[in-house]
Amino acid sequence: MAQKIKGCCVVPGYAKGEVLATSQSISFWGGVDPQTGLINDPRHELFNQSVASKILVFPHGKGSSTGSLMMLELARINKAPAAIVNVRSEPILATGPIVCKHFYSKEIPMLSLDQTSFQALKTGQQVTVDATKALIIIHI
Amino acid sequence: MHLTDEEKRILDGRRGEAARIALAILVDLGQLYGAEALISVSQVHIDATLYMVDAGLEFAEKIADWGGRVAVPTSLNPSAIDLQRWKQYRVPPEVLPKHTRLESAYLKMGATPTWTCVPYQNGLIPRFGEQIAWGESNAIAFANSVIGARTNRYADLMDICAAIIGKVPKFGLHLAENRRARTLIRLEDFTAQMFEDEAIYPLLGYLFGEMAGDQVAAIEGIPRHVKVDCLKAFSAAAASSGAVGLFHMLGITPEAQTGKMCFHGKNPEKIIEITPAMLKDTEDRLWTVRGDAIDLVVSGCPHYSPAEFGRLLSLIKGKKINKSVIFWVFTNRTVYAWIKNSGILADLTDAGVMVFTDGCPLQYPRESWHFNTAMTDSAKFANYCFSQRGLDAAFGSIEECVETAVRGKIYRRRPLWRRK
Repeated sequence: MAQKIKGCCVVPGYAKGEVLATSQSISFWGGVDPQTGLINDPRHELFNQSVASKILVFPHGKGSSTGSLMMLELARINKAPAAIVNVRSEPILATGPIVCKHFYSKEIPMLSLDQTSFQALKTGQQVTVDATKALIIIHI
Repeated sequence: MHLTDEEKRILDGRRGEAARIALAILVDLGQLYGAEALISVSQVHIDATLYMVDAGLEFAEKIADWGGRVAVPTSLNPSAIDLQRWKQYRVPPEVLPKHTRLESAYLKMGATPTWTCVPYQNGLIPRFGEQIAWGESNAIAFANSVIGARTNRYADLMDICAAIIGKVPKFGLHLAENRRARTLIRLEDFTAQMFEDEAIYPLLGYLFGEMAGDQVAAIEGIPRHVKVDCLKAFSAAAASSGAVGLFHMLGITPEAQTGKMCFHGKNPEKIIEITPAMLKDTEDRLWTVRGDAIDLVVSGCPHYSPAEFGRLLSLIKGKKINKSVIFWVFTNRTVYAWIKNSGILADLTDAGVMVFTDGCPLQYPRESWHFNTAMTDSAKFANYCFSQRGLDAAFGSIEECVETAVRGKIYRRRPLWRRK
């Protein structure tokens, strides 16, 4: 059995992995440790969890314009999320995956969903993100 | 997205690898936001100038090595350190090489070594309506809102791409229709006297940023004679608590001389009030120091202007900074030369103040310094100093910061907004 969710492609690409989901926003500068990929803001509900190779699901980004640089560093050391799924994707958040694609030839597919579909994604689910086709498949 | 023949040639690699990658990145961003074409910008301010991680260094060095040269005048945000006086200011020699490699890469690209977060005060000052591509959140907010130039909030690395090509996708705040305010924020029960204490501006900015988030909002009730350095403090605070790219200060922002102008003839979608009690609450949230012991006083976040140095000197003249306190002020090389020539620097140094150029108090290597608590007149520094530096913060006006530094323990008056 598999459930299909339709979204909007933000950055194309294809990834498979385990969902790490939160209803809180994430800042990649000052919110994620660029050496380990661990969420390092003690006020965050995902504190101490690793974003590395996860399908990272959070509503939207926040904070400094340096977030893009931190995402590039995570990609450089292979600790970046496998894919990013949001409700609202803003330019600062999208810059990280775009630069990764051209500079390191590494894909971090990014996709946006409406609020209802967004809530269908839960931590621990195995999913396939086909951002190019704007599709997420939840494997049940 | 429509591309010109010249842009297509660049994407084919005819102007080298640096230009090809830079344009491909800009085009991807443009397609994502539905931009129909690229527009020329007259200048760029690069934010990714502060060495933090190797990916940033690799990107800048590769672009420079591939022949990437800036296509338009380009200024640089601060380095982490004082690039000239690093030894005197205890930068561990082992961390130095990566900072200087980054410096070399930007100079090779042809950027102007301004090393400042206030390019609107010292650097390439834009004019009203000018299309520019800036990084650095405080500078973006100031350029859009105080000057009326037009830039999006460009992320690190995108700013480098814009400098190499001299163009950006036409979307967001570059377009007049996206500059309309949606929300009106009103000041309620504030008296003219309250604005004499300049600590009100960063606090109002911080609260405004929290309320506005990433939306364009207007604020009504700021006195028209507000000083430019107070607008700088407001911009920095608003862009640290929220993703504020443009605010409309009624009667002050060029595009918001009237409510009709900033709401484009429509009604505000939402009206919110700020009261003195909310300002008090904001101040309390920025304050994480317990007790009255203080190790460090920091001013110059964003970088100090000549007027701010004049003010600091008038407050500190004839006094000495307490031996238990370190007093840091950050500025750029232009203003430093001015205070040196005018004798202000010698007087400040005598009093015990340390003046840094190029650097950023939020990223300065602190291995060789011993402090746990910091007092500042910057709401931006107070906001980030715990998450970035592990320092507990106290916030106050510059008068209170100086008095604290002289006494060696926190001095705090009760501002008018706390007396209700």
